[in-house]
Amino acid sequence: MAIKEIPTEEYYLPGSAACPGCPATMALRIVFKAIGKKMIMIVPACCTAVIESLHPNTSFNIPTMNIAFEAAAAGASGVEAALRKQGKDDITVVAWAGDGGTYDIGIQALSGALERNTNFIYICYNNQIYSNTGIQRSGATPKYAAWTTTTVGGKTEYRKEMGEIIQAHHIPYAAQACISYPEDLYKKIKKAKEIKGPKYIEIMAPCPPGWRFGMEKTVEMGTLSVETGAWALYEYENDEIKFNGISKLLLEEKINPKPIEDWIKFQGRFRHLFIPKKDVKKLKEIQDHTNLIWKRYRKCYL
Amino acid sequence: MNNVMIDTGNYIAAKAAVMTQPDVVAAYPITPQTTLVEGIAKYHETGEFKGEYICVESEHSAMAACIGASATGVRTFTGTSSHGLLLMHEMLHWAALARLPVIMCNINRVVGPGWNIWADENDSISQRDTGWIQFYCSSNQEIFDTIIQSFKLGEHEKVSLPVMINYNAFILSHTSMPVHIPTQKEINDFLPKRKPLWNLDINNPITFGNIILPPEYEKVRKEMQESQENAKKLIKEISKEWKNKFGRYHGDLLELYECEDAEYILLSMGAIGAESKVAINNLRKKGLKIGLARVRTFRPFPKEEILKISKNSDLIVIDRNISIGMEGALFSEIKASLYGKSDSKVYGFISGLGGKDVTFQDIEKMCEKVINGKANDLEWYGLEGV
Repeated sequence: MAIKEIPTEEYYLPGSAACPGCPATMALRIVFKAIGKKMIMIVPACCTAVIESLHPNTSFNIPTMNIAFEAAAAGASGVEAALRKQGKDDITVVAWAGDGGTYDIGIQALSGALERNTNFIYICYNNQIYSNTGIQRSGATPKYAAWTTTTVGGKTEYRKEMGEIIQAHHIPYAAQACISYPEDLYKKIKKAKEIKGPKYIEIMAPCPPGWRFGMEKTVEMGTLSVETGAWALYEYENDEIKFNGISKLLLEEKINPKPIEDWIKFQGRFRHLFIPKKDVKKLKEIQDHTNLIWKRYRKCYL
Repeated sequence: MNNVMIDTGNYIAAKAAVMTQPDVVAAYPITPQTTLVEGIAKYHETGEFKGEYICVESEHSAMAACIGASATGVRTFTGTSSHGLLLMHEMLHWAALARLPVIMCNINRVVGPGWNIWADENDSISQRDTGWIQFYCSSNQEIFDTIIQSFKLGEHEKVSLPVMINYNAFILSHTSMPVHIPTQKEINDFLPKRKPLWNLDINNPITFGNIILPPEYEKVRKEMQESQENAKKLIKEISKEWKNKFGRYHGDLLELYECEDAEYILLSMGAIGAESKVAINNLRKKGLKIGLARVRTFRPFPKEEILKISKNSDLIVIDRNISIGMEGALFSEIKASLYGKSDSKVYGFISGLGGKDVTFQDIEKMCEKVINGKANDLEWYGLEGV
């Protein structure tokens, strides 16, 4: 599809309190356009609670309720059940949460809502960090990325593969997208809207203050995450995975991934791997781990 | 109309909840609440309950789902107990601050460790400051009547707050009693449809619960306090209306029994409140001028009413809870209500913690200890070695 096919209506209004270069605002704009005005959104504690702007103002032209950190999917379950009882089946219920609210504190409520076959779209905008609280590690933070509570060295553990946890629920539709590919994101949201039952979409959202790169580089960081294989674009439907875009070419080995170093060298959170001198061993470990993941992808999904 | 159902507190609560025709029930099982939600599930299967029933994966999610449903403007109900209530704690605040009238039964049960499933009121007493209205019931009939009345109260535009109906584990939850059940039409005539203060509506998009600055937030808190004050008046009106329609009355904020000429008034809540009436009868037979003020609402707290009854009486308080480091919660609240306005003496007993039985004989002994001038300000009744 062409970008001109995306509707011109805006439900994301001026006056937001987001940081400059915020990836969540880019994603929200596309999500709102793909679903349209017949939508109710539940937002747990995350950057979006700030992005919405201050009470009594709002930057969303979509009915939105904020809920506690771990409760997005449960709150959405309640909204969905109540709409069903009222015969309002044409309204799409969306839970919109960050990676902390999804991978960590909200995973129980999310798993429960998926298992109960709740008819809603759960969207995780993944900036790989607790940004709103001032940059702390989450289950989505990659190994060696630094955060405010670390000394030198960064995180000592690998990140979770949330997508695979989601697949274990055998829901009708799941997808991974990235803010740098708006047409792809738009198509995936649009598709999810038409499917009954639980849908999960995760959006790679590079965060300038969280990752420590310049605010003009958000889209570039997203593109590089896909081109290096740090992030994969795919759809999961009827228990089958289909990689798409550049990720499909990488899976089929039609192109070579860019070295992971090309992505992380722009990010201040990995600076300790380059300064005072390049930590070749750790960089190789990150590259090897990425290769290992793709080796498994090929074994499972080709 | 005189349809009598003989059943346990939980099944009676299920019947009452279903007769209010809630749109969404979300619940998670915990002993001794289980038969309440099983009862609702049974009505769901038979079609008597036509709402949506969500079997959530935790009590935290039960309350979150009720909040989500209630935010669309519909009627919601749930039930829990003890640890379940404690897990909900964050969402209890959320429901009240969002002004969503979720109605919930809490079956008062001991908090662990160690594991103990019997009656104790520390679970709900520790939710005192969440903004919820709290009732304490002393019979299955009162459970039924209070649930129906609570929907009218909580959903009233001058209140718009969630309501917790508390009753003691097993003593009421698993004990059968005959209960008069009105017809569905009579309930429908009594209970109007909910008119929400705000709701999630695609034709009127609002953002609820975003960042709020101190002056605005303080206003929200003040409005909640005013709503609890409004509830005091409405509880009286609604119980009077119920009495006129159905001929039953359990008191309003307080239930007064033999208080007119009383030199001593006993104050207690829940099942101990029911047992206290037997004790009062026996003490009266001995010629003692004693009455009972059973506290039905812990929030809003009946401070004016208690001040009034203290004019000619000293007060004896039995708490089935303790605020560790202070004293029984009811005892504290009563003394605070009298401060600077009454010369009455107030005596406090802690009794029945961990589900220990509190019989009318026990209650008589506590009262006689006070009347004979042998009681200290705070006593642990019946505890070995005390």
